[in-house]
Amino acid sequence: MQIYLPIAEVSINAFLLLGLGGIVGFLSGMFGVGGGFLITPLLLFIGVPPGVAVATGANQVVASSISGVLVQMKRKAVDFRMGLVLLAGGFIGSFIGVQVFAWMTALGQIDLFVQLSYVLFLGLIGAMMFQESLRALIRARRAGAAIPVRRSHIHTWVHGLPLKMKFRASGLYISVLPPAAIGASVGFLSAIMGVGGGFILVPAMIYLLGMPTRVVVGTSLFQIIFVTGFTTIMHAINSQTVDMMLAFLLIMGGVVGAQIGARVSTKLKAEQLRILLAILVLTVSFKIALDLLLQPAELFSVTPGLLP
Amino acid sequence: MMRALILLLALAGPVYANEAIVTGLSQNRVQITANFDGSEILIYGAVKRDAPAPQGAPLAVIITVEGPSTPLIIRRKERVAGIWLNRSSVTVDAAPSFYAVATSAPLERILSGTEDLRHHITIPQVIRAVGISDEAENAPDFVAALERIRLDENRYRIAENTVQLVEETLFRTDVALPANLTEGNYKVRLFILRGGVVLDTQERLIGVRKAGLERFLFNLAHQQPLLYGVISLVMAAVAGWAASAAFRFVRS
Repeated sequence: MQIYLPIAEVSINAFLLLGLGGIVGFLSGMFGVGGGFLITPLLLFIGVPPGVAVATGANQVVASSISGVLVQMKRKAVDFRMGLVLLAGGFIGSFIGVQVFAWMTALGQIDLFVQLSYVLFLGLIGAMMFQESLRALIRARRAGAAIPVRRSHIHTWVHGLPLKMKFRASGLYISVLPPAAIGASVGFLSAIMGVGGGFILVPAMIYLLGMPTRVVVGTSLFQIIFVTGFTTIMHAINSQTVDMMLAFLLIMGGVVGAQIGARVSTKLKAEQLRILLAILVLTVSFKIALDLLLQPAELFSVTPGLLP
Repeated sequence: MMRALILLLALAGPVYANEAIVTGLSQNRVQITANFDGSEILIYGAVKRDAPAPQGAPLAVIITVEGPSTPLIIRRKERVAGIWLNRSSVTVDAAPSFYAVATSAPLERILSGTEDLRHHITIPQVIRAVGISDEAENAPDFVAALERIRLDENRYRIAENTVQLVEETLFRTDVALPANLTEGNYKVRLFILRGGVVLDTQERLIGVRKAGLERFLFNLAHQQPLLYGVISLVMAAVAGWAASAAFRFVRS
């Protein structure tokens, strides 16, 4: 069944859109990532104009994140206090990011800049997570039934900073500065790359803050709701590129996918979950790197210009 | 040179002056609704004459349908330090979003170069790219690429021999408008020709408009952007909550 999208001005099969939303929602519920780094390339691939793909992708991520966070809240796996600290940093970072984005656009190489950021950050984080979780998996297998006693986190210089605060849900008593800084850098990157930033946030919370994996997914989703909500409104006002019809179909698929994903995630071990996310992140990074390195079939591209 | 051409035309003109077109369209309005899946338009007509059809060169018909024009930027990727990135670009002042040419015989046989220049019939003639040679090296390559890309996308079409011409008098053709149509006025032009020369032309308009929900959403997005953004978010929030609630209900 073909459906005409009023803002994108293209006609696309409605079931294809439901399916895409479902897949991305599933991953979102499972890993606690918004899925922005997947939905935008996928929409571009099926012929949605870039501006509409970025803005509408953000809108879809809001819905799947809300759906996912509700499941996590039932399991008391959301650290709201940590989420708010991250968010405060996130808005500052995103504000700076928007300025840099405008500056890069004026220089005329924003596409390249975005693609390089994707390759760099996805590649780096994917590789780090893959290596760490692989080691954890091997260790768990060698130990057999006897699970090694693991401290919740290791004390480093991070824990010596001032402005300490209790994060009960995470079982942490640390300074608010590191989470605020992480939130800010994620906000900055999400403004530039057009993503919620979950794929950066999840490993940062695990490895830098030492938060237990159990609360990481819910807390990440909680922060993503607000960042992508802010992005959606900004795009709707500045460029009128949010396509509600497209968003509706993606959301319908996405919310169902997110529910299933959140339930599947409870059946998997934390290490398995992390290694799967690492593989996914590395695959996307590899694909974008290939696009940059291989000679494209068509060297020319046509984009609508502005009236002079 | 120019004067000689005008003289030639003046001399050639009167020979065929007694032939004119009468035309009709199956519809002059297309409404884009949510389930819009393209639309087929029947264009038909007849040749009116006050004397018997002249001998010699046979009559030919060309019909063009042209969507609203927009400026475009054409970019070319080049390899820099192992990475393919957009290096040079050319801005085209106006190129139609859709362009279809239907003819009753192969184009090169029925249309002369000068008449093409005068009436802008073939694809390179409807792409307005003036003064692009300063913008990049090999600027014509960019315009050729635009034509190639849009032909591949089926936005531009050359359909030779698809106008059925009966007894040099009645003609008809079907033009399929694609599903991903841009809003605006679509210009239909009809030409009758003999020996490469245009005898008469006529122009019709097809109004393509969004309707219903499509119209409402489009207007809202442009007139009340903040409200539109907030509604999008509320929809997302409600959908997210509803799915979560529905799954809980199913499980319990």
